[in-house]
Formats: sequence, C-alpha cells, structure tokens
Amino acid sequence: MRRSLRFLFYLLGAGIVLILWGALQWLGLQPISLLEAGLLAMTPLALAAVGECINEKAGVVNIGLEGILLISAVMGVWTAETFQSGTVGLIGGAVTGAIIGLFLGALSVYGKADQIIAGIGLNVFALGFVPFLLVNLWAFPGIHLFPADLGVPRIITPLGQISPVTIGAIVLAILAHLLLHRTVLGFRITAIGEKPEAADVGGVRVDLLRVFTSTLGGALAGIGGAFLPLGWFGGVTDEISAGRGFIALACVVFAGLEPMLALAAALLFGFTEGFSFAVAVTPGVKERIPFYFVSMLPYVTTLVVVALVIGRRRFPSTVGRPYARE
Amino acid sequence: MTLDQSRTAVLGRALRFAGLRPIAESLGTIVLGLIAGAGLMLIFGSNPIAAYSALFTGAFGTVADALETLAFATPLMLTALTFAVGVRAGLFNIGAEGQMFMGAIGATFVAGLIPLPAGIHLVAATGAGLLAGGAWALLPALLKVWRGVHEVISTIMANWIALFLATYLAVNFLSEPGRAERTTPALETARYPVLNEDASLTAVFFVAITFCVLVYFYLWGTRAGYGIRLAGENPGAARYAGVSARRAIFLSFIIGGFAAGLAGASQIIGRPPAWSLYATMGNVVTIGFDGIGVALVGRNHPIGGIAAAILFGALQQGGRLMEYQAGVASDLVRAINGLIVITLAVPEIWSLLRRRRAR
Repeated sequence: MRRSLRFLFYLLGAGIVLILWGALQWLGLQPISLLEAGLLAMTPLALAAVGECINEKAGVVNIGLEGILLISAVMGVWTAETFQSGTVGLIGGAVTGAIIGLFLGALSVYGKADQIIAGIGLNVFALGFVPFLLVNLWAFPGIHLFPADLGVPRIITPLGQISPVTIGAIVLAILAHLLLHRTVLGFRITAIGEKPEAADVGGVRVDLLRVFTSTLGGALAGIGGAFLPLGWFGGVTDEISAGRGFIALACVVFAGLEPMLALAAALLFGFTEGFSFAVAVTPGVKERIPFYFVSMLPYVTTLVVVALVIGRRRFPSTVGRPYARE
Repeated sequence: MTLDQSRTAVLGRALRFAGLRPIAESLGTIVLGLIAGAGLMLIFGSNPIAAYSALFTGAFGTVADALETLAFATPLMLTALTFAVGVRAGLFNIGAEGQMFMGAIGATFVAGLIPLPAGIHLVAATGAGLLAGGAWALLPALLKVWRGVHEVISTIMANWIALFLATYLAVNFLSEPGRAERTTPALETARYPVLNEDASLTAVFFVAITFCVLVYFYLWGTRAGYGIRLAGENPGAARYAGVSARRAIFLSFIIGGFAAGLAGASQIIGRPPAWSLYATMGNVVTIGFDGIGVALVGRNHPIGGIAAAILFGALQQGGRLMEYQAGVASDLVRAINGLIVITLAVPEIWSLLRRRRAR
C-alpha cells in the first residue's frame, strides 16, 4: 500500500513537471529563469516546513508560521540595516522567529493553550503589528526598500544564480532528517509526540523538549521570513509572506512530517510560484494570460495537492494536544 | 484569609452565580490586550494615555462618532458569526475574508449593473451577496467533507484565490467607466437608507443584527442547530444520537458563508460614501480576519458577537482619531486584536491568576 502510494506521488510529481515543461515550451519561457525563480520560492517554504515537521513530531502545531514569516521579514531587514549586513539580517530573522516560537511553545506547554487559536491570534497580531512596525521604523506606510548591497549575494552557477540560503535550506532538511531518524534526540522527539506519558516515565522532560522544538521551528521559519526581503525581493511590504506560512503547513501535511518529503513539496510549490512569476514578467507571455489567474496558481496547486494527498497521512497521536502529568 | 481575599472570593461566587464570569473574563482579556498595546506604544515612544483617550473620544465622543462605531461593528458581527458557527461545529473556519470578497462582488454586480424596481432591488442585491458568500464556502466545505482537508489550509488558500478572482472581476467586468479604481456604484434603488447624515451607518445594521439573532435561534432552537452544536462539542455523543457530522460541518460552513457574504454586501450597499468596491479591495480587506477576535471575545455566541463587534467597532473608529491626534498608527488596533486572541487561547490564564491571588 505504502509503496504503491509513493509510486503514485512520483507519477503525480512527474506529471506536474511535464505539464509545466510543456507550458514553458508553449509560452516560450526561459528554463533557467524558471529554475532560479523556483528555487528562490522554494527556500522560505522549505525552511518553515522543515522546522514545523520537527515541531509537529514532538506534538506541537504552529499555525502561526505565516505571522512568524511576516514579522521576521521586517525584523530581518531592520537588523540588516542596523549592522549593515544581509547575513546578520538572516540571523536577526532567526532570533525573531525563535523568540516567537519560544513564546508560543511556552503558551502551549505551560499555559495549555489551544494551539490553533494561539496560532491564528499570532497571524492576526502580525497583520496589525507589521504595518505598525513599518511606519514606526521607517516612517513610511506599507513598504520599505533597502540598499541593494544589503541583500544576501547569490552564487553564480552554470544553471543560473542560486542563493546560499537555498543550499542552506536543503542542508537543513537533510540534517533534520538525520536528527529525527538517526539520533537519540530525534527518537525522544518522536516519543513525546506519540506517547508523552511513556517518555515522561522514561525520564524525558516533555515540557522542555516541546518548548525546544517550538523554538527551533520558529527559528527556521524566521530565517525563511528574513530571506524573503534579503535574499529575494529586495524590499519588505506588509503582506510579503502572502500565504506562504500556510503553504508551508500544506507541505508538512503532504510530507507526513518527513523533512525530505517536505523539501520535495516545497520544491513543487516553489516551482509553481516561480512559474507564475516567470509568466507575469515575461513580455509576450504576460499579455496572453490575465495576471490575476497566474497569481492564483500557487494557491490552487496547494489546494489540489493537499486534497489528493490528505487522509492518507498518519500524525503523532498527541499532535496539537497539551500534555498534563497525572 | 484577609478581608481583601474574602471579598474577591465573594465577588467570584457572585459572578459565577449570575453567569457573568465569561463576560468578566472577556473584558479582562480586552484590558490585557490594551495593556500590551500600551507596552508597544511605549517601546516606540508614544504616549499610551493620550492615545487611548483619543481612541475613546473618537469612538464615543459625539453621537455621530457612536453611530460610526456601529457602522464599523456591522460587518464585524457577521464575520465573527462565520468563525463562531464554525467553532460550534468543531471547525476553525478562517475563510470569512474570501467569502466576504465574493459577497461584495455578488452585491456589486446586482446593485450596480441590474436595474430593478426599488425594494426588490435591495433584497436582490443583499441576496446576491449572501449567496455568493455561501457559494465560496462550498469549496472548503466539500473538501472537508469529501477529503478531510484541514479547513485552516483550505480556507486560507480559498481566501487568496478569492482575492485575485474578485479583483479580476472588479477590474474587468464591474469597474466604473472612466474610474478604474472602483466598481460601478450601487444604483439608488439598491442602497440601504442612511440613518444619520453625519455618519455612515445605514439600515443594513438592523439586517446584520437580525441575521445574528436568526442564527442564534437556529442553533439553540432547532433540531438541525442542536446537531451542529452536538457534533462540535461531543462527536461521540453526536454519533450515538444519529447526528451526521458531515451534515453538521457542511451546514456550519454554509451558514458562515452566508454571514460573510452579507458582511461583504453590507460594505457595498450599506456604507456611504463609496457605495462600491475599490479595486484594491481596500474597503473590505481584513474585516474577515478581524472577525476571529470578535467571535472569541463574544464567546463564539451570536449575541455575544454583537456586543463584542460594537467593542471592536469602537476600537477601529477610535483608532482613526488615535492616529490623527496621538500619532499612533491605527494598525496597532489590529495587533491588539491578535494579542486578545492569543490571550483567549490560554484557558489556564484566569485560573493561574486566581491561584496566585489565593496564595
């Protein structure tokens, strides 16, 4: 059953790639620019999704990824400008995300918060806090552009320009895979997600480990958030995340909490987004398809893929539920 | 036990007796949110006292201000209803935003482009908004019932698709000739009467209240409504009682869609001076998300939602004067809304505080 299912996914993926390739030929788009855009779009999704895989393995759900992306994007730019370095900006984003993750984790573990509602609250908070921050930090509403030399420089390869953050995201996905499947810590994380009582009796600090995974997940999403302006767009707006936090959650669902599959899902959604970007900017092509429909593509793809995959994934038995000692 | 402590204990018992504790807790959460908001103002060098007094004056200073507060409350009580009916069925339906866009498009189309006799036109335009919102809710509803897709993901994706679809329709088919920035305004026959020349409150306020009350009677007074609540509170018991969870989920999505659609319509045919939809969606955007906080503060109850909507309407209306007088960006009101939602997510917070008091 599992094997035939996996085969189905490969078939699905291959089919989508083929369709995209065909569409490319028909539209006359540049494959290299598509690869560049696709990898850029993959990066924040992969970072957020990989972190959330670990977090959900431990039994904590973070619906607030979108809010973390948004706030870290602004804070990343602010640290980059303060320290005059894009790389420090990424670290600033990671720290911001980690603080929010720590806060949310503590709320779920010690406050026994409803994790979905807390996450929704964080997203609503970001919706208001980010425009407020933009006005207060740079005295201009809605958007802020920073000098181009503050961006994270890209590596030039024969296949086009690739951001080092993209490579970092891929490495982190592999590390997360190894962490979950090859280390004692990973084993403990899985244990507190599946049977916190047993892990607790076995001497694992359920509370601390869950707060740790939530912080780690927040930090990864924070890098993803800071990458949006610093590694990709060259500016920050009050809706820069554009639903990517939720697309990352869809990646996690698609992957069944496996970091490598989450990376694959991020690649798939990233390419869809890269495709819509490429269509929207290529002369001779953008006139043929209304911009609004191109822009819908990533969200439609996410819905379709999640609808096809879901219900066949098994999640840790305690995911989303607080653990209380008897 | 000191006198102070015994007084709190008596007060607590009295509150429980009168069923007022939920209300007290909701109000307490708002106070916590406002305090946190004051903290943010201090960080960025603004004066919270000046800001909040401007906010209060802006919301209730004059009769016109108070009516404006009610005008802001009108769509909020409806989008809050979308979330509340979802929670009652055990769902986190955060799709009010997109359903509201579609409702606004439906109302714009009928109100602006189809001439009908007075009276009928108003009903038709309202109905078109309602149905368009309900239709857009079908997508996450069916995905949930058929495929088990989590509603948080499906509704957010549907929101984004709705944003682009609605903008496409507004720009290409509904825009006012010569004024691309907005759609053709609603014809005179499709406008709700303005209640007071100085404020943008119209009779659509009463329609919204009526809708909330009707949903209350539906949920607490009918068999199907009981089924929705039972399926949300105790799925196991619902199964024994022969209640179909799928039916309950489906119904709650559709009712929520109707509410959000009506909210969208209310901003087109019940809100001067534009009487139309801006191409940026500027006059409807984020009302759907604001409704989540309203619903939670209103304890996911249709009537509680009305009260909470008036409170949040006051924050939004007062926020404008706060921005103008105290120089604090009115977006802070939305951040406070989010903080209130986070606080309400923590059920332990009040018992934690009480335990500390008792110690």
